[in-house]
Amino acid sequence: MAKVTFTLNGESITVDEPLNMRFLDILRMKLGLTGSKEGCGEGECGACAVLIDGQLVNSCLLPLGSVEGRNVMTIEGYRKTKRYKILEDAFIEEGAVQCGICTPGMVMASESLLNQNPKPSEKEIRIALAGNLCRCTGYEMIFKAVKRAAKEGEGLW
Amino acid sequence: MKHVIPKTYKEALEHLSEGTYKVLAGGTDLMVKNRSWSETPARFKQDMLYIHNLDELRYVEDKGDHLTIGALTDYETLLRHEAVPKVLKDCLIEIAGPAIRKVGTLAGNIGNASPAADGVLLLYLLDAQLVIERKGARREALIDDVITGPGKTTLSNEEMIKEIRLPKSTFTKTQFLKVGGRKADAISKVAFAGAVRIEDGIVKDLRMAIGAVNVTVVRLREVEKLHTGETISAVQDSIVSIKNAYVPHIKPIDDQRSNRVYRKRVAFNMIEDFIMNMHIQD
Repeated sequence: MAKVTFTLNGESITVDEPLNMRFLDILRMKLGLTGSKEGCGEGECGACAVLIDGQLVNSCLLPLGSVEGRNVMTIEGYRKTKRYKILEDAFIEEGAVQCGICTPGMVMASESLLNQNPKPSEKEIRIALAGNLCRCTGYEMIFKAVKRAAKEGEGLW
Repeated sequence: MKHVIPKTYKEALEHLSEGTYKVLAGGTDLMVKNRSWSETPARFKQDMLYIHNLDELRYVEDKGDHLTIGALTDYETLLRHEAVPKVLKDCLIEIAGPAIRKVGTLAGNIGNASPAADGVLLLYLLDAQLVIERKGARREALIDDVITGPGKTTLSNEEMIKEIRLPKSTFTKTQFLKVGGRKADAISKVAFAGAVRIEDGIVKDLRMAIGAVNVTVVRLREVEKLHTGETISAVQDSIVSIKNAYVPHIKPIDDQRSNRVYRKRVAFNMIEDFIMNMHIQD
């Protein structure tokens, strides 16, 4: 067990857990934040993705020991933002959500992209979402949703 | 077992000097290799040093004749840095996806020493020099001399990679080709990196590196040297003998990703394709 301090959704937090715990399990089991999902557990599906210092990271591959001092944003914190609302509306409008398991990861990946590149091309959207698997939509609706969000939310990113 | 987050690089070397620790940089390989049941800690087999918070090892510096890359610099940062060579970026963009590229590092790719590592392939191509340190000592070594086999390096238990130095080179054509199961998030079945500098029809610098076809990356400097200084057509006329020189070294295996017959065929096709088209600009 060791104390690790980091910022979680805007608030400083200290947890006392083994450093080799997966951060995904800390979020889900210890902190009750179940928005981040476990799909594959080996970095292929992106369902567990969170933002660390504003950029997309798979929390299933992150030991707790790597989070010390970092700024973490999960879907639970992100959903309180204006940007989230734009993405939510765009995902609904384009039918980009079916079963929903991949959606938190998709939304975080979209935020990570738009934060760095507010007007992404089709190719840039595809690259940004390349690490997130969706078994329902066939992706096209998700790409469209990100495009719509970039347009509707112009100036927010 | 001990689990430690050092506060400084100096402190990290201090812990390493005990000789019992394994360094975890991004963790994208170690966390999969040592994966346990969901909701339980990763099953590491030795003391662990978690260095992800050591921002002092995150830097890219243009030193004139070479580029210096701090050990913890992630792939996404390298992709955005203007001084990083195009051929390295062509490779990095095909590694995994953004979420893994944000924590994955070249130093970790070396430490993991997979024969199928794409990052390591480019380090061979670019003649990367590694700066390796332990408490009170430093050594520099060419990448070829550090990686010795699958998962095997000359790094001792007390050492860690501090930085990677890439000598600057000018090429008239570079190529990175990766054959994987899908476009993203795939580990290479075979990978190829080539670079050439042609001046007035003369081949001044010729390099080829092939991944996932032997226990380490295959780069035959003596074959490259043999054809340096020749005209383009002289090199291309030698394609059969060039390919023959690689025969003893292209010895792929059958595994879950591909098989030896396919890998061999593709590797030789990549060599031939690069040599026969090296005069055609991108």
